[in-house]
Amino acid sequence: MERTQVHEADVLIIGAGGAGLRAAIAAKEAGARVAVVCKSLLGKAHTVMAEGGIAASLGNVDARDDWKTHFKDTMFGGKYVNDWRAAELHAKEAAAEVIQLERWGALFDRTDDGKILQRRFGGHTYPRLAHVGDRTGLELIRTLEDTAVSKKVDVYMEYTITRLVIDNGRVVGAVGYKRDNGETVAFRAPAVIIATGGAGKIYTVNSNSWEGTGDGQVLALRAGAELSDMEFVQFHPTGMVWPLSVRGILVTEAVRGEGGLLTNSKGERFMQRYDPERMELSTRDVVARAIFTEVREGRGSPHGGAFLAINHKPANFVRQKLPSMYTQFMAFADVDITKEPMEVFPTTHYAMGGIRVDAETCATRIPGLYAAGEAATGLHGANRLGGNSLSDLLVFGRRAGVSAVAYANANQAGPLTDEAIAAAEQEMNAPLQRQSGETAFEVLEELGSLMMEEVGVFRTAESLGRAKERLAALRERARNVRASGTRTYNPGWHAAIQIEGMVALAQAIAASALMRTESRGAHTRVDYPKYDDNLQRVNTVSHDDGSGLHVEFRERAPLPEHLAELIEKVPA
Amino acid sequence: MSDSTTTDEKVLQLVVNRGEAGDERGQDVTYEIPRVKGMVVLDAVLYAQGHQDQDLAVRWNCKAGKCGSCAAEINGYPRLLCKTRVEDLPADKPVRVQPMQTFTRIKDLVTDVSWNYEMNKQIPPFTPREDKEWRWQQRDVERAQEMRKCIECFLCQDVCHVIRYQRSNKPKFAGPRFFVRTAGLDYHPMDALDRAEFLKKEAGIEMCNVTRCCTDVCPEHIQITDNAIIPAKERIVDQFHDPVKKAVKGT
Repeated sequence: MERTQVHEADVLIIGAGGAGLRAAIAAKEAGARVAVVCKSLLGKAHTVMAEGGIAASLGNVDARDDWKTHFKDTMFGGKYVNDWRAAELHAKEAAAEVIQLERWGALFDRTDDGKILQRRFGGHTYPRLAHVGDRTGLELIRTLEDTAVSKKVDVYMEYTITRLVIDNGRVVGAVGYKRDNGETVAFRAPAVIIATGGAGKIYTVNSNSWEGTGDGQVLALRAGAELSDMEFVQFHPTGMVWPLSVRGILVTEAVRGEGGLLTNSKGERFMQRYDPERMELSTRDVVARAIFTEVREGRGSPHGGAFLAINHKPANFVRQKLPSMYTQFMAFADVDITKEPMEVFPTTHYAMGGIRVDAETCATRIPGLYAAGEAATGLHGANRLGGNSLSDLLVFGRRAGVSAVAYANANQAGPLTDEAIAAAEQEMNAPLQRQSGETAFEVLEELGSLMMEEVGVFRTAESLGRAKERLAALRERARNVRASGTRTYNPGWHAAIQIEGMVALAQAIAASALMRTESRGAHTRVDYPKYDDNLQRVNTVSHDDGSGLHVEFRERAPLPEHLAELIEKVPA
Repeated sequence: MSDSTTTDEKVLQLVVNRGEAGDERGQDVTYEIPRVKGMVVLDAVLYAQGHQDQDLAVRWNCKAGKCGSCAAEINGYPRLLCKTRVEDLPADKPVRVQPMQTFTRIKDLVTDVSWNYEMNKQIPPFTPREDKEWRWQQRDVERAQEMRKCIECFLCQDVCHVIRYQRSNKPKFAGPRFFVRTAGLDYHPMDALDRAEFLKKEAGIEMCNVTRCCTDVCPEHIQITDNAIIPAKERIVDQFHDPVKKAVKGT
């Protein structure tokens, strides 16, 4: 075996979406040697698909907005199980991050008096989302990419990390492989930031890109870090329904933000029955359940969704404010949204849960290991507000970068041994060496439908119990998948490496969902339809010490007085 | 994909030009794919991968026309696999997919596009002015916003004959993608630089002879030729070749 090349860095960042790139810029500015590793080409991360905008209390459209209101809205949206310190930092720092993005060249849409325009979104008291039409994610990622490139950040494209290496309790680096030639690669660094995004691909119908397979959460779990709030999976209310080929693709909340109306087959604006005050701009959990219920009770559209109309607005307005939606429906569904309504249905969109971190520093419980963005958890509680994701990436991406450099400055890199590399390599090669067995694609297909059926929008003790059993069996199958061909750009082999981790995350989701015997935010238990006040004080924590998955409740520190007084009333 | 909404039993003949690195000609492999109403070519490729050849290499991410990863050539024409519907292609013959021809093959439909990322590094970055307030009207940014819609699929690079038929031009010719990116910077209301000299000397924009192929293939419908390349060429003529200026300079 040839000796594996070991790259050295002060800070290794896994993932090049918004959080990873923002962390990279912060770390580079602090003087560190930074290596960014990404599974795809640079600029293709799932962030590019974000549409509606970045939430920040700039107050450009309504001067009454401030961080306090943003904090309050975020906590209300998250049904008060958020990490309040994360929500406070996020609300306070988001505006500066948006302005920083503009200083790096981002070109947001403008108000009449020349400032950054902000649009309405569900759960936000005031118009708060800085945006570029409905392609805000592209603007964000391109701006960060250009900035990182101009600061000469090293980027390793199409590298997949399969293992973190832990020595003496702390992280010392990572091992993986390079896609274009299949070679094993290793990185040695005192500090590692996980910024790998979500895990929507665990569900068949989802809005996620190819990358959303929860790699970072799996790396962290295996390394001994904790995950939290895994039961909270956001089903975005409006995904495309038809044709089958595009089922699940996101229809931005900006459609509703710009005045879009939801109706059922009887022509009723059904949100009247679910949230008469906020109507279409209610929080995502409420709107998703509403659409699901309308369809289940027989009031669905021809392809089994709800109607979402924006055709009461002038055609020019629609094309200017929602250009990608116009193109998306025209190209894929032959629907002209300036003339006819869209059909929409909930789609798996976002993981509120993820790697458990300290809000200030983004540190996990493993020294040297940090996490930010969708891979991490805390800010969004039981339900994320639209627009709070992009601001999350920026605020906590920066914080993770700064903390990781501080750690790297104080700690030498630990030993990355040949044995550790060999063990990771052996694990990678196992699927190629098996002579028989299923492919990872077969296991993935079953995983996706299992999660849709048993751990979807509506859950019960029975469905979650079934999920637990089925997932345990599936995990065994995932351990024994077979891949064929070589290691060079081999999608079957790639899927085989990651499938067991995906099943492990699904197990954490199902187990956490079974434990939370109440309905809160995105987590709806049909058998426990109400809030349980006792469960408001706690978060689920998942970890695996090598003996299997353990899930427990952990109590949060109570809200300090200065934040408690911002929250007027607890929801009934 | 074998869903009950399948409209008919007809089978799609999908021909994929496969090959390893170094094998530019490749070999055509035919797959029989169940036709499903509304399906795009990427669905067919992924079906073949999922059910027949799991090592069939294709680059894709969003499958929603937003990331620009799945650029290839369908029936000889540069397109995104995820945005090309099977129903829009001739039904009486197979759908043939080959990798982008301007770049060398890594495997099957995946090509080495790293040259683009190297070229990008050479563009003088956004450099904000210091004498101006960060305030402007929507109309002041629309020109730049059009350029910033680019999803970097590199189809414009693929179709550009300056590099497609003479790959050796690559070091001295940036290609349409980077004329667009440079225009996006030059049109930014706060940018202080003028990149005309870069475009002329390092990006080789004068090698472009305005055949508009890049504009034709752009999935974002950016008016590359009219709004990025021609204005740049005019600025270069003004600055470097204007006979009046030359005469004045000469005196």
